[in-house]
Amino acid sequence: MSAEAERADVERLVKEFLAEHPVDSTPDRELRGARFDAGLAFVHFDKGFGGLGVSSSLHGRVEQLFLDAGAENWAARNVIGLGMAAPTIHAHGTEEQKALLRPLFTGEEIWCQLFSEPGAGSDLASLATRAIPEDGGYRVNGQKIWTSLGHIARRGLLVARTDPNLPKHRGLSYFLLDMTSPGVEVRPLRQITGQAEFNEVYLTDVQVPETDRLGAVGEGWRVSITTLANERVAIGGRDSRRGDGAIGTAVAEFRAAAEAGRADAASRDRLMRLWTTAEAARLTNMRANARARGNQAPGPEGSIAKLSYAELNKAIYELCVDLRGIDGMLIDDYTESSPDRSSGGGTAADVRKAFLRSLANSIEGGTSEIMRNILGERVLGLPGEPRTDRDVAWKDVPRS
Amino acid sequence: MTFTPGAEAEELRAVVRRFLEKRSAEDEVRRLMETDPGFEPSVWRQAAEELGLQGLIVPERWGGSDASLVEAGVVFEEMGRALFGAPFLGTVALATTALLAVGDEVANDDYLPGIAAGQTVATVAWGGADPLTSTVTAEQDADGGWRLTGTADVVVDAAAADLLLVVADTPDGLGLFAVTGTPDGLTRSTLTALDPTRALSELQLTDLPARAVGTPGEVAGALATAVDHAVLLMACEQVGGAARVLEISVEYANNRVQFGRKIGSFQAIKHRCADMLVAVESARSAAYHGTWTAVHEPDELGVAAGLAGSLCGETYTRVALDNIQNLGGIGFTWEHPAHLYLKRAKSTQLFLGSPAKHRSRLANLLDIPEVGA
Repeated sequence: MSAEAERADVERLVKEFLAEHPVDSTPDRELRGARFDAGLAFVHFDKGFGGLGVSSSLHGRVEQLFLDAGAENWAARNVIGLGMAAPTIHAHGTEEQKALLRPLFTGEEIWCQLFSEPGAGSDLASLATRAIPEDGGYRVNGQKIWTSLGHIARRGLLVARTDPNLPKHRGLSYFLLDMTSPGVEVRPLRQITGQAEFNEVYLTDVQVPETDRLGAVGEGWRVSITTLANERVAIGGRDSRRGDGAIGTAVAEFRAAAEAGRADAASRDRLMRLWTTAEAARLTNMRANARARGNQAPGPEGSIAKLSYAELNKAIYELCVDLRGIDGMLIDDYTESSPDRSSGGGTAADVRKAFLRSLANSIEGGTSEIMRNILGERVLGLPGEPRTDRDVAWKDVPRS
Repeated sequence: MTFTPGAEAEELRAVVRRFLEKRSAEDEVRRLMETDPGFEPSVWRQAAEELGLQGLIVPERWGGSDASLVEAGVVFEEMGRALFGAPFLGTVALATTALLAVGDEVANDDYLPGIAAGQTVATVAWGGADPLTSTVTAEQDADGGWRLTGTADVVVDAAAADLLLVVADTPDGLGLFAVTGTPDGLTRSTLTALDPTRALSELQLTDLPARAVGTPGEVAGALATAVDHAVLLMACEQVGGAARVLEISVEYANNRVQFGRKIGSFQAIKHRCADMLVAVESARSAAYHGTWTAVHEPDELGVAAGLAGSLCGETYTRVALDNIQNLGGIGFTWEHPAHLYLKRAKSTQLFLGSPAKHRSRLANLLDIPEVGA
């Protein structure tokens, strides 16, 4: 089937579905369940697992059609589940594990990501959480950090070390952790904004059954790559219309500042520099998406979008704060709260708080420095850093 | 939606690249930049007769192939990559777009077939920095003929131009005037250009008889469109050069060894190259989107040209500077082509409006309030 015919076909299916399940009279969870069963949850997934086996480029289109019809937007409420867990489980899961996709999609089960550790940030593969084999499964001990939605998550994507005698990348395994297991303790982690959007997760003698391992023993790094590539897409791939997102906020802030006599020619030029850079980033993202069409897995070009948007968001929100004048010395509040949705690119109502939140954009999901390494090595073909730890058993590598 | 050039444009790109690899290799670029007028007439004719490049955007009835700005953009990209010195910017980006936008049938009958056939070199001249506020003036004499007076400070490709289209101020507003040959009242002086690969001239116009193209006072809108088209084609040229410059950096970083390592393995070099990549791809998006918009959403032309004009020249200059830094000492020599790209970059960045001017114009189009200094 041609791409156009496939698109028309999927759009027709959505239309028929919405006629049968009107958004305003169908409870959200029921609607999402039916949508999953109809293959309209992740249309690029296989039939029977929420999909129709069509091109991944149609996923965003279907999502948009449902949003346009007034369906609830779950993107921020189950950001890890929808954006990262689902594609990873679909790519690597057993039939039983793929059964988790339905409650993930309906929102019954929120997911979180248990990757980073206090001692393993950019060098994720050096992580130290241990999963020691025992009867019928594993006993897990360690500490994870930067876990968004950890406080409400039912399940987590966990990477842990199953063999410390192998070099770091080879001794890892990937698990789908039941967050209600005994020994899982979630503590809020207060951040720059005063909020606790993230958590620390302590894992003490947590028993994980063999059947919750995703992929083979020692294949944890390979499985993680799927998650990480999708994370960059989730962080980078947004703003499909000109003037959407952070730059739209900046334009509105500039109008208000001009009205109040706080704007000048220099800030106008600064705004336009950011506007043009943001618009070019949006167009580049569109080109990358068009290139990726039909090709299911996100490629390194996602790193261009991730890098551009991270640096842009910081600069744009800083301009917003500057445009407030002395009001930029204030903030709405620093009350600690644990939000039930991800604020990602800095969507806080208060631009000063959005600025503070945006500072994580160039750190989370791969720092801007790691993105530049990926672009330099995988896109441009430059030689890698000398690796002193590559062929050394993990247990013998120095750690801070 | 996809705004990248399609398969046909890419086929044309391959043909043009092969042509330029043969006809505009670096040693040829260097030979020609020491000559006046700085290009090889036989290659110019070949580009027209064998590849039809001069007539690409000219309608078939005037001997062209009626292709769009998208295809022309791809050709300019390849020319920028090869630092091709022939007068395409003047003849195609400026003069042809101006003639087509103004749409004077008689003038088009007279001039476009020669352009498409590769027999006419043409360019557009104006006084001052901005074609739309030209300081050259035009007055009608007693017989109703037009006479031009003023100085066109910096004119591209004028040295060899058979046809000069002069933007001049008339009592009724802007007009476009044609001057052919070398009549009395026209003095051309060759300037020493920062970019030695592109010929620049100063023109003195003294009571110079000229023929009106279109109706003086009624062509300002058409000229604005033509300038936007020229900005977009030049943006494509800039993207071609910028992408080549990145290739040069990457090639060097993959070969040069210091401290026992290829220098591309150092993050100081690698990260600069990564930033260059992001900048080049951003500029490429703006340029491709620009030519696509000119063809498919002409109402949005101003915004698209403002975006490309803001980004592409600045990006080209930045990556050309980064390239010199990546290359180290060799990048500072006359022998290495790095300086030729930098000079092309800086010079095109300042032609047809600085990036700041483009940003300001774009802000106006987006209805962003103007504020005092």
